[in-house]
Amino acid sequence: MDLKLQKIIPQLITVLVVVLVFGFFTYNAQINMENRGIDFGYGFLSQESSFDVQFSLIEYDGSHSYFRAYLVGLLNTILVSVIGIIIATILGVIVGVARLSPNYLINQFAAFYVEFFRNIPLLLQIFFWYFAALRALPLPQDADAMLGVFFLTIKGLYVPAFIWENLNVFLYSIIAAIISIIVIRIHARKVQETQGKQLPVFWISVGLIFILPLLSFLIGGVSLSFEIPKLKQLATTSFKYEGGISLPPELIALTLSLALYTATFIAECVRAGIQGVGKGQKEAAASIGLNPNQVLKLVVMPQALRIIIPPTTNQYLNLTKNSSLAAAIAYPDLVLVFAGTALMQTGKAIEIVSITMLTYLSLSISISILMNWYNKKIAIKEK
Amino acid sequence: MFKYLKQLTSLVAMVAVLFTFTTETMAAKKSKTLKNTQKKGFVRCGVSQGLPGFSNADAAGNWTGIDVDVCRAVAAAVLGDANKVKFTPLSAKERFTALTSGEIDILSRNTTWTLSRDADIGLTFVGVNFYDGQGFMVRKSSGITSTSQFKDGISACTNIGTTTELNMRDFFNSKGISYEPVAFEKADEVVAAYDAGRCDTYTTDKSGLAAQRTKMSNPDDHIVLPETVSKEPLGPVVRQGDSVWEDIVRWSLNAMIEAEEYGITSANADSMKTSDNPAVKRLVGAEGELGAAFGLDNEWSLRIIKQVGNYGESYKRNIADTGILPDRGPNELWTKGGILYVPPAR
Repeated sequence: MDLKLQKIIPQLITVLVVVLVFGFFTYNAQINMENRGIDFGYGFLSQESSFDVQFSLIEYDGSHSYFRAYLVGLLNTILVSVIGIIIATILGVIVGVARLSPNYLINQFAAFYVEFFRNIPLLLQIFFWYFAALRALPLPQDADAMLGVFFLTIKGLYVPAFIWENLNVFLYSIIAAIISIIVIRIHARKVQETQGKQLPVFWISVGLIFILPLLSFLIGGVSLSFEIPKLKQLATTSFKYEGGISLPPELIALTLSLALYTATFIAECVRAGIQGVGKGQKEAAASIGLNPNQVLKLVVMPQALRIIIPPTTNQYLNLTKNSSLAAAIAYPDLVLVFAGTALMQTGKAIEIVSITMLTYLSLSISISILMNWYNKKIAIKEK
Repeated sequence: MFKYLKQLTSLVAMVAVLFTFTTETMAAKKSKTLKNTQKKGFVRCGVSQGLPGFSNADAAGNWTGIDVDVCRAVAAAVLGDANKVKFTPLSAKERFTALTSGEIDILSRNTTWTLSRDADIGLTFVGVNFYDGQGFMVRKSSGITSTSQFKDGISACTNIGTTTELNMRDFFNSKGISYEPVAFEKADEVVAAYDAGRCDTYTTDKSGLAAQRTKMSNPDDHIVLPETVSKEPLGPVVRQGDSVWEDIVRWSLNAMIEAEEYGITSANADSMKTSDNPAVKRLVGAEGELGAAFGLDNEWSLRIIKQVGNYGESYKRNIADTGILPDRGPNELWTKGGILYVPPAR
């Protein structure tokens, strides 16, 4: 009985303190808001927002609701995070491996890159890419086409748009290719386990993913054409490109700076992971006759990944949270659109900030869950 | 006799009750904000992060501008010294939160008076110290001389959290022009992006355009288009719920404008005490008990005029002489063809 009580009392006190602190702040906020005549409520979310946003993945203009504006901001945040994470991962792995390269020039260059970008504040890097690098870009009318169809200008990057016919057939062919690759892999594993034969799975996979979509063009009636951006004159010295897809310079600057910054941390995770695998493992693998490629793929990487994944997850979270610096350069992310403009137009500070905080929390937790699941999958399975 | 005594006691009691009641309302008149300000010894004033002519700090950290002068006027009235002001530079996004949370007591930051701001978010606008309207700036070389030459796809740089963002949408929608809004948090970033060529036009209040033009790498390359697309009455704001403080700020501004109307300047204010005009005498504290209503002394307005000057002096010093807007336009007295018209101080 006594022991039970001893265990329960500290818990009760903790709960009480938390409730009291929370209660105090709620009460305080309530009193102050009442004194100042501020209403509390989420009803504003369905009101017309009456402001426009520069760049949106879903259809949006000022006649839509504040909730729609919230979605626009959220999707823009997710967009920049996803692109940033992909680029940062690829770059991070390359640089991390490069730092271990026996080639002096390569490993010194990689080390320089890591030290340089890791030690400059991110906001400063964003400003650099946006204001300094942007100023150096040509005006639309002066831009030279890259590969004949890309235009990188001060107003953004203009790329050709794809115009598909029978797009669904093309997508089906890709899905079919993926399914058959999975089936072949399972079959190949069975063959290896029962007969000890190795099938050239990689080459078969590459073949499938090219041949099936190609067939859809030849016999499935799929066709693809490009819409190339064209210069349009707005005034004597004012031009823009029309047609095609335009990526705003804000998106490019933000993605670039986030990716370059986070890649340095990922590179260090990768280096640590590879170095964390015992030398004996490689030697043992080599001694049973595996070639260097197989050593890396079958022995080193599976063990290194276990060290790499947890800290890299942290970096993914950081990148997502850092994307809120977008507000500094007019990229319409969640903070700029919702916690910025919408907050100012409605004055609903507590409501909007709480929604924004919860949203970032949910985003971070989703990434954590996903990465933990992956981490568990590659962890040592104890039998 | 006993009966009278009883009546007398009740009368005394009633008078006593009445008296305590009146002293209490007098005390209540000393508003919380006023009391705090007098205790602290300075007025807490929210201003912009740097808008020449309105609120701008020089290299030594001295703030000047017509918005700054409103806060200085209140400091002169309440504390007797126009320099006893603590300025807090705020972005458009932060300004209302800073005021409602009690970080500042006056927001004098080229803020547009609108219904929803006044009614919704715990603010009270006390007056207008600059009548403005939204306009557009373009590069001279673009050959654009009127907003009617705007074409589909034009990109427009502006600030977030301002009425500008909403007016811009209304304007382009009514003209049926598609546009790309590029909205930054700070004015300096807007100017930098427009200056670099990111946007074809820069839109904000016309006074703001005129002021920011002076910050461009080459001011003569840019022109402000003649059209005005919205009404932007700019003025000081206070927190809702302290009507005495609200009155002090309102009448500090009104006193500056009325002083100009009666020709009272910082130079001649003292000699105006012997004027024949009772309105002038009231304003310089030589007649009437105007200050008592706020819990201030009678020379509150005299101090404003002597230390800060009248509205015309403030305008000339901050906006006309700095070359931002030499022409007063609507911000001229009603007696001289403008729309500055304030209720009488009596």
